[in-house]
Amino acid sequence: MMKPGTLILHVAARFLVPLQLVFSVFLLLRGHNEPGGGFIAGLVASGAFALYLFTFGAAVTRDLMRVDPRNFIGVGLLIAMLSAFPAWFHGQAFLTAQWWPILLPGGTEIKLSTPLFFDIGVYLTVLGSVMTMLVALTETEER
Amino acid sequence: MSPYSECCEGYALINQLEGSEETMQLAVLLIFILAACVPWLYGKHKDRTSKLLALLPAGLTLWFAQFIPEIASGNTIIHEHAWIPGLDISFTMMLDGLSLMFALLICFIGTFILIYAGNYLKGHPSLPRFLVILMSFMGSMLGLVLSDNLITLFVFWELTSITSYLLIGFNHHQADVRKAALQGLIVTVAGGLALLAGLVMLAYVSGSYSLQEIFNSNQVLTEHPLYAGMLICLLLGAFTKSAQFPFHFWLPNAMAAPTPVSAYLHSATMVKAGIYLMARLQPELGGTALWMTLLTSFGAFTMFTGAFLAIRSTDLKKLLAYSTVMALGTLTLLLGIGTELAMMAFAAYLVGHSLYKGALFMLAGIVDHETGTRDVTQLGGLRYLMPITAICTLVAAFSLAGLPPLFGFVAKELMLDALVQSSLSKWILLLVIASSVLVVAVAAIIAIKPFFGTLQSTPKKAHEAPLELLAGPVVLTSLSLLMGLMPGLAGQWFVLPAAASVWSQPIDGYLSLWHGFNWALLISFISLGLGILVFKRWESVRSILSLLNPLIQRGPEAGYFRFMDGIVYIAQWQTSLLQNGSMRSYLRTIILTFVLLTGYTLTQRYQLHWNWDVSVYLHEIIVALLLVTAAVTACITHSRLGAVAAMGVVGYAVALFFTLFSAPDLAITQILVETLTVILLVLVLFRLPGFGNISTTAERGRDAAVAILTGILITLLIMVTIDIQLFPPISDYMIENSQPLAYGRNIVNVILVDYRALDTLGEIFVLALAAMGVYAMIKFRPDTAPGANHYAGTLILPPKNTFTSENDDVTPLTDPDQFSSPSAQLNKHKQEDV
Repeated sequence: MMKPGTLILHVAARFLVPLQLVFSVFLLLRGHNEPGGGFIAGLVASGAFALYLFTFGAAVTRDLMRVDPRNFIGVGLLIAMLSAFPAWFHGQAFLTAQWWPILLPGGTEIKLSTPLFFDIGVYLTVLGSVMTMLVALTETEER
Repeated sequence: MSPYSECCEGYALINQLEGSEETMQLAVLLIFILAACVPWLYGKHKDRTSKLLALLPAGLTLWFAQFIPEIASGNTIIHEHAWIPGLDISFTMMLDGLSLMFALLICFIGTFILIYAGNYLKGHPSLPRFLVILMSFMGSMLGLVLSDNLITLFVFWELTSITSYLLIGFNHHQADVRKAALQGLIVTVAGGLALLAGLVMLAYVSGSYSLQEIFNSNQVLTEHPLYAGMLICLLLGAFTKSAQFPFHFWLPNAMAAPTPVSAYLHSATMVKAGIYLMARLQPELGGTALWMTLLTSFGAFTMFTGAFLAIRSTDLKKLLAYSTVMALGTLTLLLGIGTELAMMAFAAYLVGHSLYKGALFMLAGIVDHETGTRDVTQLGGLRYLMPITAICTLVAAFSLAGLPPLFGFVAKELMLDALVQSSLSKWILLLVIASSVLVVAVAAIIAIKPFFGTLQSTPKKAHEAPLELLAGPVVLTSLSLLMGLMPGLAGQWFVLPAAASVWSQPIDGYLSLWHGFNWALLISFISLGLGILVFKRWESVRSILSLLNPLIQRGPEAGYFRFMDGIVYIAQWQTSLLQNGSMRSYLRTIILTFVLLTGYTLTQRYQLHWNWDVSVYLHEIIVALLLVTAAVTACITHSRLGAVAAMGVVGYAVALFFTLFSAPDLAITQILVETLTVILLVLVLFRLPGFGNISTTAERGRDAAVAILTGILITLLIMVTIDIQLFPPISDYMIENSQPLAYGRNIVNVILVDYRALDTLGEIFVLALAAMGVYAMIKFRPDTAPGANHYAGTLILPPKNTFTSENDDVTPLTDPDQFSSPSAQLNKHKQEDV
């Protein structure tokens, strides 16, 4: 049913997908201070793969992702769950945020924190969930 | 600190030994931990596993036995452990005479049951599973009798119900076994619910969830206005668990379980949990007219029902099961009488029954195992082939019939003595005498029919059982004999401390074999004589009693089945009403419910004021118009793609509003979700059937009315939320603390990953589940996926119960085709197309 993409779409997809993925990571990391965050970033990333999916079909997209989208779900949930545990060692309530600022040689400070890992978990879960549905639907179409 | 202080209130208070030890908790947990290790152990040790496992209860028996002298001197041992202090739930364990008696019975009989089960189910592929559940049951039962906290007690109570369910349903490939297991579960769990209500009431009235604190408080619970309700709820729990009339029917059906289970759960331990509860609460709740009336009448009637139904049976296990019902009735009756003598009789009868009934069940299992049948009319003359089994059965049956010098005799004499000395009405005494006549006959049937007379041919060639099977019965029957010969000793160390904790005062008495010539002995003689007479005429008695069959078939069990049918009928009715498979009707139900409930609350609670400062900008009006136009277009368009596009416009217009009112995060999310929704819709679009109008104009009008009503309600709601501030908004707190506490300036995101991270965690799990659900619906094909059923792969499952396998006796409730909403028809067409 789905026609192979046109030339313009082909070319555009090749360039847009990496850009969109980088943008999604950008959104993910800046989320704590500016608009963004794991949920939005996950949706942007799935948008990127969805574009690829429309252009090249399910098999090629699977190749591009290298990982089965379902595994993203599992890994995402695992990371989100794990980020709940550090608070436990400090005797604090479940999911209490922990911060580990790391000073880099250049003078810049990177703030590692459990909310960041939690957000990464959300990102992967959202990406995995959306792509699982889209890839599955596309594969049924292609049969 | 002298034991036996003059004040009965202080009896328990003064003699507590509290320690920081938590060994009792460890004992219970150890059983569960070992249960978890069973599959691994079985992999290494195969058939030796059950004997290895038996080491634990054997050790625990010895460990508990070391407390005997301390408990016998009137002390209570308490091991405290906090569990959920905020909710007043503790894992504190308490050992007094009653708990100790139960704990010893559970561990001691459990040891032999494990050894027995290992041989009985030798080579069975599911033996490890069986042992896991059996061990879990043992832990739960031990926890139940040791718990000091009412909630903990309830948790263990329910655990015994669940493990019992799994054990009855061990041979789950047979439909009637599943049915019996479910029946046991439903009856006991329904009672469990009542019990929970009763326990909560008890805690509310007494002000504590701790049994110790309840005992030690000076409150008189029996005069509280909630007393009657509380008592009835608690008794419902106890009666269902302990198979009292009219809930007795599940117990004989539970004999579908393998014999070790019947011997352990359904005679010696679990069914006595209800009895334990009543005995435990007797000092606080007993002694009232209501308590006495309920317990004595239900107890006596259960006793007679059990004995009467037993005499009709020919299946060895059914005979034993019904006589267990009779024994449970006797125990309830004794608790109802509530005199000192009755308490002694109670404790003695409980121990006596556990010993001989556990043994008899195991022996019946041996007969079944070795001959292939357990129908007494087809057995006979086995005494030469199975001499040890025959002797043990004879001795245990003597105890059941209450013949000297066995412990059953001591218990029965005490029971009759307590009855005669109490002021019970004559008809209860009559029921008791009738039951003891019948039980003598039952004992005779069990002991004589299979082993004496001429040898009958059996499905299997009979020979004596191996040592593992015989160990339990031999030990238990010798103990019956030993305790019968030395009743004083057994009484002082074991039985009377238990009676004392039920009586809540030290017992002034002793157990003995010979009570002199009294009424009890006379009744014993009469019932023995009449019982033997009944046994001689058993065939004709049974044929006379079979005249009553129609009446028995309409007994409580028929009520149970009618009740279950009623539930199915109601479920079917409400499902076809609410969930008929049509998406529009689902939405209509959900939305109308929401509109009615919220609308009602709204009009009842709040006065609406039109005090809006209406000042809108032109661009806002334009976006609003765009939104309305798009929504209307989506409703009236005749093109599906057009509808999708129009819905997209609605979404983007909403996103525009978010932007206008400075909520960038929401706007971004909205746009992304809209985009992905369109992508999803496009993917699904090709799978949908051709566009057609399947609703009449009237239906469309109705739907429009619902939609308009909803719109009005939402508008009103928004007006109210703006108008009325019930609580100070939490947003101020979040705005203030977002930077200093959570180091983030984006409050929306801080809420998502920090303030309300638990909610988000839940949401991503839901999202993941939804994705897996969609995946499963789309991907699984009946012809390729193993285990998938015929309906997998279709997007909408048929709503009726059509998943029945061949050996299931549940018939499909209705014809699936009877259900015919438009969407189902479409779905059906689609199925045929694919």
